[in-house]
Amino acid sequence: MTALTRQVTEIQSPTIEYGLLAPMLVVFGAAVLGVLVEAFLPRRVRYPVQVVLSLGALAVALGMVVTLADRVEVAAEGSVAIDGPTLFIQGTVLALSLLSVLLFAERRVDPGGDAFASAASSLPGSEDERTLTAQRVQQTEVYPLVMFSIGGMLLFPASNDLLTMFVALEVLSFPLYLLCGMARRRRLLSQEAAVKYFLLGSFSSAFFIYGVALLYGYAGSVRLSDIDRAVSEQVGSEGLLLAGVALLTVGLLFKIAAVPFHAWTPDVYQGAPTPVTGFMAACTKIAAFGALLRVLYVGLGGLRLDWQPLLWAIAILTMVVGAVVALTQSDVKRMLAYSSIAHAGFVLTGMVVVEPAGISSVLFYLAAYGFATVGAFAVVSLVRDAGGEATHLSRWAGLAKRSPLVAGVFTLFLLAFAGIPLTSGFVGKLVVFLAAWQGGAWPLVLVAVLASAVAAFFYVRVIVLMYFSEPAPEGPTVAVPSPLTAAAIGLGALVTVGLGVAPAPLLTLAEQAAVFVR
Amino acid sequence: MQAYVPIIALAALAAGFAVFSIVAGALSGPKRYNRAKLESYECGIEPTPQAVGGGRFPVKYYLTAMLFIIFDIEIIFLYPWAVRFDSLGVFGLVEMVLFILTVFVAYAYVWRRGGLEWD
Repeated sequence: MTALTRQVTEIQSPTIEYGLLAPMLVVFGAAVLGVLVEAFLPRRVRYPVQVVLSLGALAVALGMVVTLADRVEVAAEGSVAIDGPTLFIQGTVLALSLLSVLLFAERRVDPGGDAFASAASSLPGSEDERTLTAQRVQQTEVYPLVMFSIGGMLLFPASNDLLTMFVALEVLSFPLYLLCGMARRRRLLSQEAAVKYFLLGSFSSAFFIYGVALLYGYAGSVRLSDIDRAVSEQVGSEGLLLAGVALLTVGLLFKIAAVPFHAWTPDVYQGAPTPVTGFMAACTKIAAFGALLRVLYVGLGGLRLDWQPLLWAIAILTMVVGAVVALTQSDVKRMLAYSSIAHAGFVLTGMVVVEPAGISSVLFYLAAYGFATVGAFAVVSLVRDAGGEATHLSRWAGLAKRSPLVAGVFTLFLLAFAGIPLTSGFVGKLVVFLAAWQGGAWPLVLVAVLASAVAAFFYVRVIVLMYFSEPAPEGPTVAVPSPLTAAAIGLGALVTVGLGVAPAPLLTLAEQAAVFVR
Repeated sequence: MQAYVPIIALAALAAGFAVFSIVAGALSGPKRYNRAKLESYECGIEPTPQAVGGGRFPVKYYLTAMLFIIFDIEIIFLYPWAVRFDSLGVFGLVEMVLFILTVFVAYAYVWRRGGLEWD
């Protein structure tokens, strides 16, 4: 035993580039501090401390990402890649998280307080719940939870090996499962959403890790660059490789809600508290697209003749199913959920061409889509009646007569989703379709344009409903939000118009960012 | 492959014994069923069909079990580190302290929120 110990000399300690990882470390650090705040500070000061801590950490991390721009390096012994796509996506996720946390902190819209249950563990409709609600008890655990989730989302697109990616996937998912079940109103629906998301999410994680295992069996490494080398040298059995790729992409496509892995989306988006829905629809999807881009382009670029046809089929299915099923929805949140599925299809259209133009168009589209999404869900949280949010579309009739401003802003976001000129959505669709066309995917572009037309129909239907219908006599009221929600909606609208009128700076940034480190 | 032969033999023996016991018991044992015999636990205490008070039951056990698992996993990481403490050097020590501190943050939360109190 002693002889053995002496044989093994000093184990080489890994080098960690703390500067490159700083944005993630700041966010995770703030999350851990947030847990301590929950444990040791008295209840009444927790809310201001948590809000300032979260917003401050996100702002600092965003600043760090900006200073890191142009770095193209591999960090932490090759397990994290800091390059253009990583930094662009991290910046986008952080900016959108700032808006989302503003919505989380809103306490003026609901007469009971914020959007979250007084005690998520109390039985819905029980005596316990009534007492806590009457005492106006407010929980602040959502802030550390959302910070952990954001930390995972920063690591997810940056992971340069599949094990790091799996850990990031779990870190971003677990807090989301919890957050989905914490709604203050319609708690059974919310808990149902959480259970569904958890069950299906664990299935997709299992698919992912199974794929990782098979790819490790094929390449002898989980590092993306090693898998790429193994693919080009054609070592090992191809069955192992193809099965691994299939299972891995199923796990990733679940998170971006591509058809046929989309079934959870409408239920979860509808049941989750609206600020959480906005956060999920924007940030989770963007982070997952970042990870999918890296896996397909860096790890499996040599195999593109095998995965391209599959991705074509999935893109077409996603666009068509998302746009057509959205037509039949009568609930605003479900309609926005199907619209987000259709948008995932549009993004996939830009992704099937393995070229820098494809990467940059996808990056731009994700940023444009994210701001409009957070803004739209923020507006949904304002239209309320006695039971909470009035999400049934019929209740939105004549909203413009009651509140022209809110109806106007919602119209702007819907026009951006539909891709009408002078909004960010138009430029986003244009660059994605252009990249796909030049990459030779013209049938895909044709389907995408048709799906856009179908989608435009149901967006315009809501606008017509808001402007040209008579309001119901006891219709919902539009709550006057605190500056927090107002700022989130205002910034979302500003970016949506800004990217539509002057897209050049962000387009240039996305073009410069479209290089992966290998 | 040679090294695995004893393990495989042991696994086969164990599986064989389990199958033999069940089959032998089913074939040779007397079959005199009555109400008590058919209950889930043949121990004299009647199983309650539903928990008292409309389906709620205390989550204390679940919480304790969950906390135990966290300790358990922590120990699994501590063992290899302790065995190779000398060769892992300062870096290993710092990382382990960071790991334990993070786990203790979670424990501090549980403790302050009353998760460690039984009643």
